[in-house]
Amino acid sequence: MTRSLDLSARRLLAMARKETLQLKRDYRSLITAFVYPALMIVFFGYVITFDIRDINLAVYDQDGSQRSRELIQAFQAAGYFRVTQRLDRYQDIQPLLDRGAVRLALVIPPGFQRDLSAGRPAAVQALVDGADANTAAIALNYAGGIVTAYSARVLLRASQGSVPVVAQARVWYNETLKSSNMVVPGLIAVIMMVIAAMLTALTVAREWDRGTMEQLAATPVHRVEVILGKLLPYLVIGLIDVIAAVAIGLLLFQVPFRGNPVLLVGLAALFLVGSLGMGIFISAATKTQLLATQVSLLATYIPSLLLSGLIFDLASMPFALRVISLVVPARYFVVVVRGIFLKGVGPEVLWIQGLAMIAFAAIGLTLAVRAFRKEIA
Amino acid sequence: MTDALAVEVHQLTRTFGDFVAVDRVSFEVRPGEIFGFLGPNGAGKTTTIKMLTGLLAPTSGSGRVAGFDLARESEAIKQRIGYMSQLFSLYADLTVEENIAFFAGLYGVTGARLAERRDWALEMSHLTEHRRQMTGTLPLGFKQRLALGCAVLHQPPILFLDEPTSGVDPTSRRNFWDLIYQFADRSTTVFVSTHYMEEAEYCHRLALMNRGRLIALDRPAALRGRLTEPIVEITTDQGPAAAQALQGAPGVIEAAMFGRAVHVVAERAAVAAETLPRWLAQRGINCRGTSLVPPSLEDVFVSLVRREGGVVAG
Repeated sequence: MTRSLDLSARRLLAMARKETLQLKRDYRSLITAFVYPALMIVFFGYVITFDIRDINLAVYDQDGSQRSRELIQAFQAAGYFRVTQRLDRYQDIQPLLDRGAVRLALVIPPGFQRDLSAGRPAAVQALVDGADANTAAIALNYAGGIVTAYSARVLLRASQGSVPVVAQARVWYNETLKSSNMVVPGLIAVIMMVIAAMLTALTVAREWDRGTMEQLAATPVHRVEVILGKLLPYLVIGLIDVIAAVAIGLLLFQVPFRGNPVLLVGLAALFLVGSLGMGIFISAATKTQLLATQVSLLATYIPSLLLSGLIFDLASMPFALRVISLVVPARYFVVVVRGIFLKGVGPEVLWIQGLAMIAFAAIGLTLAVRAFRKEIA
Repeated sequence: MTDALAVEVHQLTRTFGDFVAVDRVSFEVRPGEIFGFLGPNGAGKTTTIKMLTGLLAPTSGSGRVAGFDLARESEAIKQRIGYMSQLFSLYADLTVEENIAFFAGLYGVTGARLAERRDWALEMSHLTEHRRQMTGTLPLGFKQRLALGCAVLHQPPILFLDEPTSGVDPTSRRNFWDLIYQFADRSTTVFVSTHYMEEAEYCHRLALMNRGRLIALDRPAALRGRLTEPIVEITTDQGPAAAQALQGAPGVIEAAMFGRAVHVVAERAAVAAETLPRWLAQRGINCRGTSLVPPSLEDVFVSLVRREGGVVAG
């Protein structure tokens, strides 16, 4: 209804102050603002893991030799396996795998040491529970690695010179291949998206639900002032959350932080403006708190969790999902947070994501302002 | 703008789908006037006020408030008016003082003027002692005075009050009207809607609305004067039955409930007082007495609606 953009900082601040006071007294919003994000980081940080440790292992050592014990020792020392069963009969393996008591069974045939000493190839058998294909593959992978390393040692000991070829792989950025290093920074992005949208989803709808919109709309306050005034306190909260989440990542999960914190906070601010704007947009469009909460949860949670590259590799997704993921803002921010945390990269690499953040902030704000009406029927 | 009209509307109309909430309403309000809007619920009073305060765009028709165009300059209008909505719409989870500070901020009241206006609003609403109390915990009468205080922090020349006294006790209502008079004394134009007939008497001029139409506009006394026929009040225990029975009685122009009694617009008072108790008795309805009463605004209202061939909405 207004044509001229005659904004007043005083009105904007009055709006922000009022919103802060209400927020301070609304314990549900405070929990959403400060407790949820911390809980989500800790919870998801531990739950979403691709590391497999302490795999239960059954051993059927038919050889009972020094060499066979060495190999078993190698399995135990690697840190991935725990020998929980020592068997005397081959038939005992299947029930254990069936029950899921062990995931992997290692069978060392008789004559293992003899073959090795004679310089003949010796085979060991690994039986794996393939019900969970992912874990099975990883377990087999580990087992293969341990056996290969052991063979190399045996060859060396036989002092037949050096092992012909040894691949010296070096992993960059996440040297220990700890999955929490990947997950926790990405989580910060996804959680910020969800929390920001949830927080502001209530703000406009609450004015409608409680009837305060009518008095507000009768004042000369401009809708841009309303939106920015409502956004400001939540932006501060969001930035506090980001810093707290980074601290949790560093202290609890020991994720390395190699990049520029100022760049992270700057891009986080843009991302938050976009997410908060989305929340306000949903709030202004739905006009009831219940509906606004549900819509914003649906609109942010699922796409951010599934299509951001946090858990599932985007490159291996079907074409249609990859296209959809292009408009999921968290996708870009996940790259930003991981890049700054693990790689220490700056604007020279993250400029595309930076532009995406600017675009997201602009779109979020525009949608919020456009959806907000000062008309009361 | 001393000579300019405070409010002028021409053929103002608002529809919601097929429903015509306000139907081609035209009137003018002079500065300093207490202008009353009287009618039952659903008569279109609130919709009209929302259009005048820039909360709702008119479907058709035109108007100016404080000299500004309704359709195009609603934000300029909002600077120059105070508005108090029908339902309490301050922030329940802010203290009295915080509500005042918030609305002062939105109206651009600052510095020394802010302190002065805040103190005035606290005193006016009798909340100086309770300035740090949560607004939601106040009794309704106090809430309404505070809402009025918050609506006039910027000292607007025109004040719109939409049923400001609905739901409060008669004493609070009277006190509230004292406030309205104080505003009018300081040459504030007060535009007030009500469905209480006795409150309507306090207005300088009164617009009667029914079913979206403006059916009369005049001073309360002049409106009462329009009813030249005598009013006979019949006291009975069976009001609704009596009103219905009297509709067809000889010498009766109109009969309607008035509180617990029945008011009859009669052709001749003396005849009615004599014949009507008998008419009721024949139909098994008791009559405890009859008396000649001066016409009330309600009588006028009912009569004007019937004369237009309509029925009272509500």
